[in-house]
Amino acid sequence: MSAARRNPLNSAAAHAALLAYVAIALFPVFVIVINSFKDRRSIFREPLALPDAESFSLIGYQTVLKQGDFFLYFQNSFIVTVASLFFILLFGAMAAFALAEYRFRGNMLMGLYLALGIMIPIRIGTVAILEMMVATNLVNTLWALILVYTAQGLPLAVFILSEFMRQVSDDLKNAGRIDGLSEYTIFLRLVLPLVRPALATVAVFNMIPIWNDLWFPLILAPAEETKTLTLGSQVFIGQFVTDWNAVLSALSMAILPVMGLYVIFSRQLIRGITSGAVK
Amino acid sequence: MTALVLKDVCKSFGAVDVLRNIDLTVEDGEFVVFVGPSGCGKSTLLRVIAGLEDATSGDVEIAGARVNAVPPAKRGIAMVFQSYALYPHLTVKENMALALKQEGTPRDVIAARVAEATRMLELGPYLDRRPADLSGGQRQRVAIGRAVVRQPKLFLFDEPLSNLDASLRMATRIEIAALHRSLSAAMIYVTHDQTEAMTLADKIVVLRDGRVEQIGSPMELYNNPANRFVAGFLGAPAMNFLDAATLGGPGGATLGIRPEHLRVTDAGRIKGTVAHVENLGGDTNIIVETGAGERVTVRVFGQYPCTVGRSAALDFDDADAFLFDAAGARLVAEPA
Repeated sequence: MSAARRNPLNSAAAHAALLAYVAIALFPVFVIVINSFKDRRSIFREPLALPDAESFSLIGYQTVLKQGDFFLYFQNSFIVTVASLFFILLFGAMAAFALAEYRFRGNMLMGLYLALGIMIPIRIGTVAILEMMVATNLVNTLWALILVYTAQGLPLAVFILSEFMRQVSDDLKNAGRIDGLSEYTIFLRLVLPLVRPALATVAVFNMIPIWNDLWFPLILAPAEETKTLTLGSQVFIGQFVTDWNAVLSALSMAILPVMGLYVIFSRQLIRGITSGAVK
Repeated sequence: MTALVLKDVCKSFGAVDVLRNIDLTVEDGEFVVFVGPSGCGKSTLLRVIAGLEDATSGDVEIAGARVNAVPPAKRGIAMVFQSYALYPHLTVKENMALALKQEGTPRDVIAARVAEATRMLELGPYLDRRPADLSGGQRQRVAIGRAVVRQPKLFLFDEPLSNLDASLRMATRIEIAALHRSLSAAMIYVTHDQTEAMTLADKIVVLRDGRVEQIGSPMELYNNPANRFVAGFLGAPAMNFLDAATLGGPGGATLGIRPEHLRVTDAGRIKGTVAHVENLGGDTNIIVETGAGERVTVRVFGQYPCTVGRSAALDFDDADAFLFDAAGARLVAEPA
């Protein structure tokens, strides 16, 4: 280990920098959460004060929970996010395996074509997407969102995963072939577990934008029964009056599931990193 | 019966010819070593035999049957890789049993074969561990065990010792030789290390640029190399090559002489100064720089006091020398 890393002063400075970053990153979340537990007047009078006996109020949560459809929105968001992630990882890994593993004509062009999507925002095609969804009767279904998000996430997934899959030892895959494993078994049992950190990375990258997206839910699935959480929370934001208690409470609750998913993926991520380092 | 026949095998990746017209026969129970510098195509040839690559043209026959279109798992072969290639999620026992399970072998047969391989390779204490918990040498033994349990007609080894340290390499080399004696199966072994080739092989195949340079027993190749490349590749330290004209030979030819065939005398034909001395204890390598700027290695048995910078004269018996023409081919008619 280098002398610079052993020096306690340097170590303290590094930790100070990291702690400062954490404080800056968490501050807005912190403000949202504390204010969601305060009554309306206290939110505006002292936005940074912690809720005390006088200002504590659950009125926001009561409003949100009384709004009967809120759990449905939650469920919709969850279904869309999890299903999209599943398809992104499944199809992304399959395409990446083919690109990394097999020599075929046009392999390189196919890889470039798939990577092109990283540079072109999918929202440019919104009108065409909407026309397609209308033509296929998918408007106001969760499938419309799942399909769009899968398409949106695939380019980066293919790009990252194929790079990682190229690093998986050829010998290992060949040993599997000699032992009579099918290509599917090699893909599922040998290669996928070894690129698990990359899968977790792709999942985390895609999860937050999908969960937070307002654009496509608003255009493709604005119906009451398919509203997502972000879209549903908009009912509390009016042109003239905004129910801040309800908005802050809804946002506080919206953080929880996505945080749960993140914890699951990040544990995979860390496990992947350490298992590689100890080897 | 023959274990393997290669007929006119060629392999090219696009415009690059990696293997050119390889013909080879491996008898049952024979230990054949493919040796050559890196990039000579030896690993590709092994992968063609295994079925991991398709030959561009030519035939591969294993145990009398043409296997060009047979998948690797059904060719009756087993392979040991340089990087061990153990399945990280399976224990040692499961690693060895996997191929048999895939073939649908009855459970009691699998257990018996795994037990036999475990005994042979002394893997008993590690059976329930995962590859990550084993040392390099242990992993390579598991990889060999995984090959042994299949009872293949043909073993393929792809530089199996390259990742081991020197002492372990020698121990494992002896283990592989013992394994070959006890199994009496044909083995093909790829290496770039000429010591492994010389010590293990019944038959050495020297490859260069995708072509077979010479095939023969280790001593045949050592005593009677077909060309300058084979002469220079086998033997350590390598053979010395000198301009034959300066030593009374034909012009344009190169004279090759092995370091152990040179001796230090008072009045030798090669004169120069000692540039470096390597004392190995058992023997001594003296590097002499001649007047023409050529470096000649002399190998003297035992310990030999010698100082850098003193002048030295070297001599040799003409019977020990080889002559090569400018293109590298042997000049003298080969003695019977």
